[in-house]
This record gives sequence, structure tokens and C-alpha cells, in this order.
Amino acid sequence: MSNEATLVLDNAAHGDHGHHEHKQHFITKYIFSTDHKIIGKQFLIMGILWAIIGALFSVFFRLQLGFPDTKFPIMEQLLGEWAKGGKLSPDFYYALVTMHGTILVFFVLTAGMSGTFSNFLIPLQVGARDMASPFMNMLSFWIFFASSVVMFSSIFISTGPASGGWTVYPPLSALKEATLGSGLGMDLWLIAMILFIISQILGGLNYVSTILNMRTNGMKMSRLPLTIWSFLFTAILGLLAFPVLVSAVVLLLFDRHMGTSFFLSEIYIAGKALPNMGGSPVLYQHLFWFLGHPEVYIVVMPSMGIASEIISIYSRKPIFGYSAMVISFVGITSLSLLVWAHHMFVSGMSPFLGSVFVLLTLMIAIPSSIKTFNWLTTLWRGSIHFSVPMLFAIGFVSVFISGGLTGIWLGNSALDIHQHDTYFVIAHFHLVMGVAAFFGMFAGIYHWFPKMFGRYMNNVLGYIHFFVTFICSYAIFWPMHYSGLAGMPRRYYDFTAWATFAPYQKMNAFISIFVVIAFFVQLLFIFNFFVSIFRGRKVTSLNPYGCTTLEWTTPIVPGHGNWEGPIPEVHRWAYEYREDTETGLDYVPQTVPLRPGEDEH
Amino acid sequence: MSLLLLSALLILIFIVIYQITRAVEYVNLIRGDEVEVNKKNNKILAWILFIVFIAGMYGVYETHRLLAPIYLPQAASIQGVQYEKILLATIIVTGTVFFITQTLLFWFSFRYQAIDGKKPLFYAHNNKLEVIWTTVPAITLMILIGFGLKSWVNMTGKPPADAMKVQVVGKQFNFIIRYAGKDGVFGKTNFRNINDANNVLGLDWNDPASKDDIIIENGEVHVIKDIPVQFIINSRDVIHNLFLPHFRMKMDAVPGITTSLWVTPTITTKEMAKITENPDFVYEIPCSELCGSGHYSMRGTVVVETKGEFNRWIAQQKPYYALHKDDIEGKAAPVAPAPTTTDSTASTIAVK
Repeated sequence: MSNEATLVLDNAAHGDHGHHEHKQHFITKYIFSTDHKIIGKQFLIMGILWAIIGALFSVFFRLQLGFPDTKFPIMEQLLGEWAKGGKLSPDFYYALVTMHGTILVFFVLTAGMSGTFSNFLIPLQVGARDMASPFMNMLSFWIFFASSVVMFSSIFISTGPASGGWTVYPPLSALKEATLGSGLGMDLWLIAMILFIISQILGGLNYVSTILNMRTNGMKMSRLPLTIWSFLFTAILGLLAFPVLVSAVVLLLFDRHMGTSFFLSEIYIAGKALPNMGGSPVLYQHLFWFLGHPEVYIVVMPSMGIASEIISIYSRKPIFGYSAMVISFVGITSLSLLVWAHHMFVSGMSPFLGSVFVLLTLMIAIPSSIKTFNWLTTLWRGSIHFSVPMLFAIGFVSVFISGGLTGIWLGNSALDIHQHDTYFVIAHFHLVMGVAAFFGMFAGIYHWFPKMFGRYMNNVLGYIHFFVTFICSYAIFWPMHYSGLAGMPRRYYDFTAWATFAPYQKMNAFISIFVVIAFFVQLLFIFNFFVSIFRGRKVTSLNPYGCTTLEWTTPIVPGHGNWEGPIPEVHRWAYEYREDTETGLDYVPQTVPLRPGEDEH
Repeated sequence: MSLLLLSALLILIFIVIYQITRAVEYVNLIRGDEVEVNKKNNKILAWILFIVFIAGMYGVYETHRLLAPIYLPQAASIQGVQYEKILLATIIVTGTVFFITQTLLFWFSFRYQAIDGKKPLFYAHNNKLEVIWTTVPAITLMILIGFGLKSWVNMTGKPPADAMKVQVVGKQFNFIIRYAGKDGVFGKTNFRNINDANNVLGLDWNDPASKDDIIIENGEVHVIKDIPVQFIINSRDVIHNLFLPHFRMKMDAVPGITTSLWVTPTITTKEMAKITENPDFVYEIPCSELCGSGHYSMRGTVVVETKGEFNRWIAQQKPYYALHKDDIEGKAAPVAPAPTTTDSTASTIAVK
């Protein structure tokens, strides 16, 4: 009803406009926009802002770890009380660690990743004018924005943000006596997470329904590009897993403020025994990791899709084993819901249960290895063009292998019993879901930037960005495997008092130097990104990279509705990278009808 | 102020870099065609990527050369030795896969760089290959799982009957150790009885078994070489973790739940001091579950000694009750003992 009213008003106000150049106010066009492309860019820019904060935090705590005896006056200027005299306080160190994890996992690699690419690419690649529900899509971004505001504000309160680690295990996170960050900061964290999950669910419902219902004529599921498949499974996984985190968060709020004992039992803290009896902290861990583990696949699956697409495009070769790729997505999605307790082998959980999870966990290595071998075979006898996105996609495969293989160590409980909660885990997950996911994201940004803004990013800067980031990633995380195997625990503010870990001090300093370098190179990328929006070289051709997919059939800068005429029809799969005898090109777009005598792939 | 200047400087540097790279790009454009990567650059990039790979492999070697010597000394327990065996097998398997796949990745990238006149091969699927790289990893994983689970069942199974029992209780930010004393039975505890002055573990003084319990408040655990020791693990406040890196073991300390872990130490502290050529060697226990701002300083130690040494040491320790007798009787006597025992059956930690 109200929708129609606005439309009428709109028409009355701009009656003289043709329906093609339907003029919109700045606010409805760029701020409260329902256009999936603008919403995608909004998610991307929010993600970038969060990434700067999250990365800066890691620089701060790496400086502490690398140079525990040095004072950095610049930190006092930025952090004030928290870094008196230029040295971080332990309390704030833990707050930084917690916020770094929360920001990067949820706000950057979940919202920034799926929010950007699912929103931007799904309608363009399946051939739809917009999302199934553009309004819900807008709501999804603005609830994410609200969540961001709440989380951001927690950095500025006097007791500091949450500091119980990104997993916020109770009782540490439930009792304000336990640590400074478990005061108001923790409440804000929990509220922000509830809002965040609502936003993810709204987005996820939209992604799934758009992919299932709004494909253009001829776009069978078997003709979808792998990007879309990855977004579909990511969204499904999010819809299944995120609600469970809401339950954990709400129960934790009850424990904090309403005197319930879901997670608390027999606790003596700050000089008094608490009345709580009968709860179990292990229950929280089950609820958390039921989301927490699928979450890492939510983070990395879009990157897998993007990398598959980009490797195929720049090798000028079809992706190898398209159906195996889709089936392995199914495998990863279903298995990832069944492996959560491998984070809890030493939590006091029944060892028998542990052995079941060992089995399920190591099974997930199988679909991952299928994917890896398929990427390798796609490169084999290709014609590889080393564009920036291609380099990032190759880098993605490299770090995914390195990080994935150590998963086989950690998933085996007999090894995990020593390696759990050490730097080995840090190295493992940063490579396999941190760096890998970021590489996929970078590849996607460089590749689709021309479609987003009608301009190119600066390539030379892109190459600098790739090579420095790639080298830094390994320089930072490779040595951590060694200290982790020696038992160096994660989340330590200072190792100087520990005879066992003191020999690793030089290594820690080495890592910290590379962290600082990596940070500045990411700033250079962000600079390149924003400057190129306004000053980049303009795109002059419709399909500059010779791709088969539908987004390159739209105008250079597609308007609201994406295609000016009717939506194109699809006649073939998305990986027809072969010589077309009629056009002489080395690819056949999805919109070209099958030639006489040609069999569909 | 200096911060502002610094940021301004950074932005200035970025602008300069951007302008230079822009110029480079335009020169390339004027020289060649408008393709994404021109021929010459593609070749250069292929070389750079390949050199980065070779340099990376050298880095792997160099890292190993520098960091392997400061790895932990040999495992000091039977379970640790078993861990090292499975670790070695896993390193061999995953290491082989690592070198093969990374080499293929970078070799293919280099070998199949775009060259004029060379057409890519249209090769979309091969079910035989898919089957091979599904089954081979599956079988390899099954073998690793088999070894892993066998060892897991062993180490988490029931401890041998002759195992010594020691209770370890985590609190912010240290470990408290309890021995059962002469009677060999741990006295009942109730967290409501806890107070830091004279009852750190909340022992129930109405239980006679608690009167001879020995409590070590500085987190120093004494155990005997070659005799299995079972740690009975609890926490007073938040989750902690009893981590024994030299024995390759760890277990969470969870409030309200009793967990346990057992291990058979095989090398005494003194022997280890000789092995490592470090006279000050100590087996450290780092807490390895984030427990608050002092987490990084939550440290315990293990002293592994011979049976004789242990017996001498334990004989010198006074029961906690005897140490705090005046305090406890002075305070506890006037107050009727009834409140402390009201729900002791429900809340007593099940320690036998």
C-alpha cells in the first residue's frame, strides 16, 4: 500500500521522465537504497572500514608481543588510558584480541564478504533485476549498520570492550567480576551480535530465494557459475547455524542479568560464592561452536567460489570437474554442521564423543582436497594471464593448501590434546580462513571493480599489494607453527617470564615487523580502491576480460534493473572457454544459443 | 599532533606512489594494446611468481633450520612419546602433500603462462581422476584416524589402578594443588566454604578425610617418575586449562565439573636438566584457556622426582588443617557447623 503511494508521488514529481532514467533522490539512491548493487557496495565499504580497525588492533597487540620491553608513545596518543606511557595494559590487550577476532570473523569476512559479493553478483549472474525482496535487503544492511554502531561504541566505554576472546566463553564473559571487559562492554557485544545475526538471516533468506526463484530463462541450476553455488551454500549454512548462536547469546544475557544458571555453577569469585548451581559452561561451548564451526565455512566458501570462477577465466579454460565442485560444496556444507565439537576435545567433553567428531572432522578434508585438485587441473595446460585477481586466486589456493593440511593435525584429537589453544591453531586458522578468505575477497574486488564502478583499479599497485601481502602472510604465520608445536599458548600478553617460551622472542619480533608491513600495504590497497572509484581509468568495453557470465552483458555501469532491454536468455553453462569458430573469440558467452550440431556441455 | 602529521605524511606517500604507478600504467597502455596484461608483463609476472615460490621454499628450509632446534626437549611421558610418533607420521603425510601440491600449483602457473599461438586445452572433467583424488585422501585419512583414535582411547581411558591422584584447582591466576594425605582419601569440599584466608579449596571440616589433606598453594606439583599420575581438575571461578607441554597433554578446568587427565612421567626434572644442559630447567604449566587479565602469568610447575625424593618431600608437608588450625577453630567453632553441610551432598565435588 505505502509502496504504491510512493510510486504515485514519485511519478507526479518527475512526471516528465522516461522510465529508463527514473531519477532518484540522493538519499534513496545511495543511502536507503534498495538496489542490490548499491547495497553490495555499502557492505563492501563498511567491511573495509571494519577491516582497518580490526587490522590496526592486530598491529597494536603484535607490537606488544614482538617488543614487550619497548614503549610506543604513538599508542598512548591513540588509546589514551589503555596504553599509558606507550605500553598496552593487559586488560586492553585482551580487549584488542577479542575485538580483532570478532571484527574480522563477523563484520569483515561474513558481512563484508557475503554482503558484498552475494548482493552484487547474485542478481547479475543469475539474470534478475534485483533481489527477491529489495526492501528486506536494505533492512539487512541497516540492521548490520546498527549492529556496527553498537559494537563500535563499546570500544569507547570506560570499562572497555568485551575481552573474553572472540568465543566469549562463560563464566569469564558472564561475570563482571571476572574481568574488566565483562562489564558493559560484554552487553554491547551480545546486543551487537543479536542485531548482526538478524541482518545475516534477512540477507541469507534473500540470497537463497533469489537464486532459487529468480533465475532468467534457461538458467538451469546446472548452468549456474560456481560463485552462485558458493553463495547459495553459504547462505543456507548461515540460516541453519546462526539462530543457534542467538540462543547462546540470549541465554548468556539471562545469566548475566536475570540470575539464571544456564552456564554457571559452583563459582567463588571476588571473595564470595555465587548462588548459581547446576549450569554448564560446556553447554555454551556446544551452542557457540555449532555456529562457530560452520562460520569458518561461511567465511571461506564464497572465496572458493570466486577463486574457481577467476582461475577458470584467466586460464581461459573451463573449471575442471564442475559437478565435483558442486558436490563438494554439498559435502562441506553438510559435514560442517557435524564437526563443531572438534573445538572442544579438551573441554571436559566425553572422550567417546570426541572420537566421533575426529572421524567426521577428518572427513571434511575430502571435499576440500577434491576442490584443490580441481583447481590445479584447471591450471594445467591453461593459458594463464597473470592479472591481479588471478594472482590472488593462485595465492588463495596456496594458503588454502597450507592452512588446510594443518587441519588434519588439529582434527585428530590425539594431536590436538597438545596443540589445542597454542599458536599452531592461530597459524592454522589464519591461513585457511583468514588469509585465504581475504585473498578470495581481494580477487573478487579487483575482478569486479570495473563492473561496480565503471573504472579500473590501478594494476601496478595491485601487483605490489599481492606480492607483499603474499610474502607477509607466510612470513607471519609460517613460523607460528613452530612455536605452537612447542606449546606456546595463544592469548598471552607477555612471554618473557616463561622459560619454555622465551627462546621464541626473536621470532615474535620478526613476525611483528611483517605485520606492520602487511598493514601498510593493505592501507595502500584501500587508498587505491577509493581513489580509483573517482580517478581510475574508465572501462570502455562491455566485456573487458572475455567472460561468459551474464553480468558482462549489462551496460558498463548498470542502472537500477540491471539490463536496459529484456533480461537475456541463457543457453549454455558458464564455463564455455573454448574457441568459437563463428566469432573467433576464445569463449562463448552464456547468452549465445547452441550452434547447430553442438551438444550442450 | 604528531599523529596527525604522520597520517598526513602517509597519505602524501600514497599519493606519490599512486601517481607513479598510474604513469607506469599509462606508459604501458600507450605502448601496447588495451589488453588486461600485455605479453611482456605476463612473462615478467610469471617469473616473479615462480621466484617468490622458490624463495618461499628456501624460507621454509631456513625457518626450519632456525626454529627446529628450540623445539621442546624430548617428550617426558609415555603419552608424549606416543604423541610424537603420530605427529611424525602426520608430518610425513601432510608434508608430502604440501610439497607436491604447492610445486604443482606454482609450476603449472609458470609453465602454462599465456603464450601467443598456444591454445589452452578444453578439458572439463574426468571422472576417473575425481575418483582417484577422493579415495586416496580418504584412505590416507582413515589410516591417520586409526592411529590417532587408538592413542586417544589409551590416553583418555581409565588410568592404571596404581595411579597416584593429585587434585589441581585453577583460580584467577594460579593453580592450587591438593594431595589426599596419609589416608589416601580426598576430603569433601564445598565451594561455599571457600575463603582465601584459611580454606582456599572449601574443604568440609566435618569430613574427617579432609583433615590430613595437603594443599600446595604455589602451584608446584610433585610427581613420581614412572608412576602414572591422575590429575583431578577443577576450577574455582572461570575456565582454566592445565597444560603440560613437556608431557604433551592438556585438559580444561571447568567450574562445576570435574575433569581429569592422567600421564606417566618418564624423565625426572634433574634428568631433564642434564638432557637440556640447562641447570635451571623446570616443567612449566601454562594456563591455556583465557581466564582474564592475568591469564598470561598463570603459571604452575611440575617436579618429577624419584620415589624416595617424593616420599621425603611429602613427609615435610603439613596438612592444610594443621597449618590453619587456630584460625579455623577460632572462627568456625562459634558458628554452628550446620550451615556448611546443608547441601554438601548435592554440591560436593565427586572426588574419590
